[in-house]
Amino acid sequence: FHFPCAILASNAYYLIPHPEIINSVELPKFVLCLGRWMHNVLFFLLSTSRNFSLHREAFVVNETPVFMNKPPPHVFKLMSLPSMIIKLTLGLLWCIIHLAISLLSLCSHLIFNLECSLISSGLLWKYRNLQLGRLKYLAIVVDSREAKNTVKINQLLYWLKTLGVKYVCLYDIDGVLKKLFAPGMNGSRDNNPGDYLDASANIKALDCCQKQMTIECISGSDGKEGIAKAANLLCSSYLNGDSYTQENVKSEENVKSEENVENEPVFTETDMASALKSIGCAGPEPDLLLVYGPARCHLGFPTWRLRYTEIMHMGPLKSMKYGAIVKAFHNYSKKHQNYGK
Amino acid sequence: MLDSLISHDPKVLTEKKPDEIIASGVVESLQNFLRKCIIAVLSYGPMPKHIAFIMDGNRRYAKSRSIKQGTGHSVGFAALMASLIYCYEMGVKYITVYAFSIDNFKRDPSEVKTLMELMEEKINELLENKNVINKVNCKINFWGNLDMLPEPVRLAAQKLMASTAENTGLVFSVCMPYNSTSEIANAVTELCKERRDMMQGQQASGRNGRPANGGACSDISVSDLDRHMYTAGCPDPDIVIQTSGETRLSNFLLWQTTFSHLQNPDPLWPEFSWRHLVWAILQYQRAYPYIEQNKDLAKKQL
Repeated sequence: FHFPCAILASNAYYLIPHPEIINSVELPKFVLCLGRWMHNVLFFLLSTSRNFSLHREAFVVNETPVFMNKPPPHVFKLMSLPSMIIKLTLGLLWCIIHLAISLLSLCSHLIFNLECSLISSGLLWKYRNLQLGRLKYLAIVVDSREAKNTVKINQLLYWLKTLGVKYVCLYDIDGVLKKLFAPGMNGSRDNNPGDYLDASANIKALDCCQKQMTIECISGSDGKEGIAKAANLLCSSYLNGDSYTQENVKSEENVKSEENVENEPVFTETDMASALKSIGCAGPEPDLLLVYGPARCHLGFPTWRLRYTEIMHMGPLKSMKYGAIVKAFHNYSKKHQNYGK
Repeated sequence: MLDSLISHDPKVLTEKKPDEIIASGVVESLQNFLRKCIIAVLSYGPMPKHIAFIMDGNRRYAKSRSIKQGTGHSVGFAALMASLIYCYEMGVKYITVYAFSIDNFKRDPSEVKTLMELMEEKINELLENKNVINKVNCKINFWGNLDMLPEPVRLAAQKLMASTAENTGLVFSVCMPYNSTSEIANAVTELCKERRDMMQGQQASGRNGRPANGGACSDISVSDLDRHMYTAGCPDPDIVIQTSGETRLSNFLLWQTTFSHLQNPDPLWPEFSWRHLVWAILQYQRAYPYIEQNKDLAKKQL
């Protein structure tokens, strides 16, 4: 006979050591996080084996290991003994693999931190003279929850200014950074580097220490939605021209634009680019994009500007390091782009 | 399974000694068993449904091995077929590869010609060995401006697409020649044509008075554009793997990769093997909670 028991869903990703563990490099905090994680794993395994032992009742588990402060959904399955054991073994092996990877990652992170402090103190020769000639435009993608940390953002901007970056584009998907910098935006229009920025109200000139740096703030609404608006513009101008043509088909000849003469809409990339410019969503294409967040994702950065941008992942914002930025710039200067050839 | 496509010289197999064949058979089945075990362990966590590959590094591979560039691309194709099988074993349902970019037409004409000939040859091989596709129940798509391809390649590609259109298993999409920005421009064009036809239909039906334009002229939304992309019907990629350590997306799936985990392993594309794929999936599993959180937040805001 077999034992009916409840088993949790394989939403086991809640058991993955959160990247927070890796970044809390102070030893006591790390030990605390690791201990908490291991407690969750043990609790999970214990509860599933306890379910198995209470074989005459359907055991509903309410207290699941909540690593993310969110209870995973439950799935109740009737399972026999061997498959239960196999599943537990697989789960254990999986947890062990991920723990091993986290430990490895922690070691490499420690080494990286050491390197960054060496770079900051100027001891490593090859990072002494940074050639920023090719880096004209820099973009930064920040996770929206971390973007609320204004202290860190300002520190980052200050570091970039001391490094001599002329143009920085800040992006976050929810628009937190736009709101942060909005009060100071409307007044400063005195710096206009290039005709891209005339229609854009997102620019602020940071004037300090005789080094000028232009900051642009964009959000998710300039990405996909910006393209939708540009498409709307192109479409409506075509359709209005067309309907006008159709109405006056008997009267004088209408020569509106080239598209209507052929009567077939054909929009090229340049049409889209100019439409984006006219609605104010265009901007210079960044040469380098730094991603500050737990994972390397571009989170919807505007498409027309991301085509040939080098993307580098820097880790979470709260553990950002000056040396890491120097290293990223150095790596960028060594890169060689073919542009498809 | 796809050994016929991978091995270049079938005569070699018949000349092996019998005990060698048995030994290699045992080793192979042991390897298969080990692979299945590791896949079972991995599957305990979240597995990606859609993986996209940017196959970079064929020419560098050829240069480092001092072989011809055309051979480098052939080895790359073999690596592609192998990766396809590995992904299928792992349960990945959608695979997209960046075979040829519109910018690649700027390359040396002889190289472009070699590439086109290689593609034509491989597509025709796949058309002939149908049992291979049917085992995996593979549906093959070709995304991109097919008009830019030379005639024989285009016809072969369209024929292959038509013959596998009914399959419901693995979905294998080849992007050639493809540019994300031209995909978006194409989607806008298609949408415009659709709206124009809708408006003409409305005008035809309501000839008496001036028809109210409210119906056809609602603003274009992001979901309208989604419907007209080449990738309509496919979920967004979970992982984008770009080999040879390159860090740029080169105009590939920029619209669809908002929440995709971008990875750039160091090996060149012909060197990309099973263990690199396993490592990629492990990295994805570590980043999964964060990505899911972001996706949920984005959905809530809609």
